[in-house]
Amino acid sequence: MACAASTEPVGQFDLDAPWRLDARVRVRPEAFGALLYHFGTRQLSFLKSPALLAVVRSLAAQPSARAACTAAGVPAGDLMRYAHALQTLAASQMICKRDAA
Amino acid sequence: MTAAPLPLTERFEHGLAAPICLTWELTYACNLSCVHCLSSSGRRDPRELTTAECQAVIGELQRMQVFYVNIGGGEPTVRPDFWVLVDYATGHDVGVKFSTNGVKITPGIARRLAGRDYVDVQISLDGATPEVNDAVRGRGSYEVALRAMRNLADAGFAGFKISVVMTRHNIGQLEKFKAIADRFGAQLRITRLRPAGRGAGVWDELHPTAGQQRELYDWLVAHGTDVLTGDSFFHLSGYGGALPGLGMCGAGRVVCLIDPVGDVYACPFAIHPSFLAGNVRDPGGFAGVWQHSELFRGLRRPQAGGACESCSAFGSCRGGCMAAKFFTGLPLDGPDPECVRGHGERALASAAPAAAVPWPSPDHSHRTAPYRTGERPPVPLTLSPRPPVPLTLSSRPPVTACNANPLAGFVPE
Repeated sequence: MACAASTEPVGQFDLDAPWRLDARVRVRPEAFGALLYHFGTRQLSFLKSPALLAVVRSLAAQPSARAACTAAGVPAGDLMRYAHALQTLAASQMICKRDAA
Repeated sequence: MTAAPLPLTERFEHGLAAPICLTWELTYACNLSCVHCLSSSGRRDPRELTTAECQAVIGELQRMQVFYVNIGGGEPTVRPDFWVLVDYATGHDVGVKFSTNGVKITPGIARRLAGRDYVDVQISLDGATPEVNDAVRGRGSYEVALRAMRNLADAGFAGFKISVVMTRHNIGQLEKFKAIADRFGAQLRITRLRPAGRGAGVWDELHPTAGQQRELYDWLVAHGTDVLTGDSFFHLSGYGGALPGLGMCGAGRVVCLIDPVGDVYACPFAIHPSFLAGNVRDPGGFAGVWQHSELFRGLRRPQAGGACESCSAFGSCRGGCMAAKFFTGLPLDGPDPECVRGHGERALASAAPAAAVPWPSPDHSHRTAPYRTGERPPVPLTLSPRPPVPLTLSSRPPVTACNANPLAGFVPE
């Protein structure tokens, strides 16, 4: 299912909501993290660490983004940086809330 | 997100498991004889990949997760199996952006293309008026391109690309090009004229003057990311602020070219034996070439910037375009021929005599294509007195060589 553009204010990522990748996004792991390509928007993004890749991959299976971060071993002190990265992905429609249209 | 990761550009300089974007020229056949054709196209090559071989390459690209290919030529749509291959690619998770002069974009084809997520279209236009365009691309080519644009717009294909190679004669038309794009709901994409292919023969008379380069830079700064550039004007960042884009030479690191006979070159502007990495028909296929070619491995090692390293602009321009230097006879570790600090002009003045400059090859030009005033006759490679260029030792492959910037709009953090 396609992700709608995020309506969240910038910097306000909802860590406690359930999230998922857009169905038109493909993920290619690389040594630095991963490349993401959205076939709908034709936009390319980069995940700049393997841990962020682990978070993104587990979003759909976890009850919340926070749980996905915990499962990927993200230290509590790094959580805000991950939220910022996830917000960037949401703004470009790479990920969206699972209950979103 | 770990502490102080390497900047992405440095990661990319070491190469990736697969290209980010890939240019694939499907045929050397073309109905036109543009004077600056990068691939010296015209006549089909009898050794061109068959439909089945193309499908095998697409299978490899799918397995390597190359998300999309930029298909060109020649004129790719004159291949009888072109639409079959487009459908095959998009059916195997490989998106397609194809470049065309518009000759086959009928209303019916435009309707078929409209609304397909996996296909993007790029119409070539090198003048905002028939006079300027047709002088480069041939009589009637302006009308063909405009008709294709009308057909796409009428079919509801939003955001197709209009691709312009910037020359001495069309830099003053930038606003007119933008107006054409706006009229059709298209996006303007402008790229640099390279002295590659037949472009080597007309570069001296068509490349922008120093004053025009400044005009172009100012226009690009004013228009930001509204206009795509294929990251091809990075050498202009020596004027001051960096332009949007990644700003590194991607040749053999994040981009490459597959030509119609399956030869794999470091970039679309470097069709010459010195930049030939292998062939997709080799036992290891395309993946084997990408991962193991000596040429590509060399390009992924740290490169030296030579005399340019002491220049204050080197951090942003990185010495310019490898192919532009190569085909103007300049050393790969020296300045770009269009260096904004003027070092290129001085280098050209003392460069090798014309007969010693590498001539692009192979050449599939129509035999009837007229020689133009000022064009150097092709120099047989076997007679070239110039030794093979030691790519890995003396050069820093410079500015991006990506034909279609996969990173348009991407700003490294």
